[in-house]
Amino acid sequence: MSAPVPVTVGLFTGTDPPRLLGGRCTACGHHHFPRHDICPYCASDATEAAELSADGRLWAWTAVTHPPPGYKGSVPFGFGVVELPEGIRIVTRLTESDPGRLRVDQPVHLVLDRLHVDDEGRDVVVYAFAPDEPSS
Amino acid sequence: MTAVEVAGIGLHPFGRFEGATVTDLGVAAVRAALVEAGVARGGFQAAFCGTAYGGVATGHKVLGALGMTGMPIVDIEAGCASGAAALMLGSNAVRAGQYDTVVVFGVEKMPRGIIRSSFFDAWQEEAGFAATPAYFGLRAQRFMRASGVTKDHLAAVVVKNRRHGVHNPDAMFRSEVEADAVLSSRVVCEPLHLWMLCSPNEGAAAVVLRRKDATTGDGGVGGIEVAAAVLRSHLPGAVLSESTPLAGLTDDTLPTPTTLAADDAYEMAGLGPRELDVVECQDTDAARELMSYEELRLCPPAGAAEMLDAGVTSVGGRLPVNPSGGLLSKGEPLGASALGQVVELVRQLRGEAGDRQVHGARVGLAHTVGRGANAGVVVLRRS
Repeated sequence: MSAPVPVTVGLFTGTDPPRLLGGRCTACGHHHFPRHDICPYCASDATEAAELSADGRLWAWTAVTHPPPGYKGSVPFGFGVVELPEGIRIVTRLTESDPGRLRVDQPVHLVLDRLHVDDEGRDVVVYAFAPDEPSS
Repeated sequence: MTAVEVAGIGLHPFGRFEGATVTDLGVAAVRAALVEAGVARGGFQAAFCGTAYGGVATGHKVLGALGMTGMPIVDIEAGCASGAAALMLGSNAVRAGQYDTVVVFGVEKMPRGIIRSSFFDAWQEEAGFAATPAYFGLRAQRFMRASGVTKDHLAAVVVKNRRHGVHNPDAMFRSEVEADAVLSSRVVCEPLHLWMLCSPNEGAAAVVLRRKDATTGDGGVGGIEVAAAVLRSHLPGAVLSESTPLAGLTDDTLPTPTTLAADDAYEMAGLGPRELDVVECQDTDAARELMSYEELRLCPPAGAAEMLDAGVTSVGGRLPVNPSGGLLSKGEPLGASALGQVVELVRQLRGEAGDRQVHGARVGLAHTVGRGANAGVVVLRRS
């Protein structure tokens, strides 16, 4: 059995738990994602790599009910925004695809989610957030 | 600075037109505007064409088909605000004295279904991040939380705009809908149902602009001045901005591109939102219209629901919004959308809008916003 492959390189680690690969600007102090050489918020080039927290809180959520252009996974899937303690909000897939089972500020954590299996039989994975507690 | 007036307007209806090319649509709109303005070949010195999906040299193809080339022709992509960007460039060039007369037009034939955009990286498409209605749904959810807007309000926006659209012969959908039917249409991306989203489609719109004291033209209707035509992009930081970033900051006080453009436009026109008589705004989805009330400063923060409930924004109210039926009735041909709004406002300010006429309208505002981010705000005033 082959190891999973990331949908793209440089966005997240394959560690357990996985981490998002962001950056931090030493001039303005803001974190950013994905990693940029130039701070997207203050245009300084005084940035450094930073792995972001794997734990956050749900800020907004919905579900995608029809396959969007170029999508290779299944529907429905959860989609939303998670706020991390670094003061950054991340656009992300969610493992919960029923909007009625989610609530604002719900604790969530980072996981790797299987999108599809590629031509070589490997799982293609992307980052997603999952509720800490099983949904009631 | 020189004043700029609208000398002529032209529109190809918005809808689906099998067999017509994007050039055909553009020719119909541009020719109509030129005829109304009394401008013939050689009578304009520059042309500006907005389109997002038209492809290379779209404006050149349209003017080539009309046998009218040789002048600078500028093709412009600014997403949903492409036509507003064209209008900004064209009107400013006339205002600055570079040209006496210009043609500004927008054309589009949209692909069917959820719009595929070259904006997204390959991995974003593969992972489902190119789900444009999902971003609308997330934005609607946050807006509803902050403003007290409910799903019933979203349905009421659709009911209002479709009611207006009944009287617009150039709209795609010309039947009224009931709120219950809107709410029972299928959920696309919670909280948005299918009928709360506009349909991408096809169409073209054109205006001839002219220096107000120009003597080069030999006719035209005139009487409507372009008081402001503004395009702005986003400030970085808002995660659900139309710039569609992968992340953002927790600062919720950043002005949106729409507010940046509106404030510039009010200053340029020397008036404020209270002076407006009629508005055409971006109702890509029903929540987007209500957000626009706030962002354009038509109501105080969290005041959109009350404004809608009180009938203020219906034809017959104090400030009708989308008397044309909006994108929810007309559909959205990206490049033509903003200039379609301008054509509607010109008709309204001339008193030529028939059964959807906003009586006594003298000042109108047109608003488009979309990916980029690009936000366009145009203010027209009857002289």
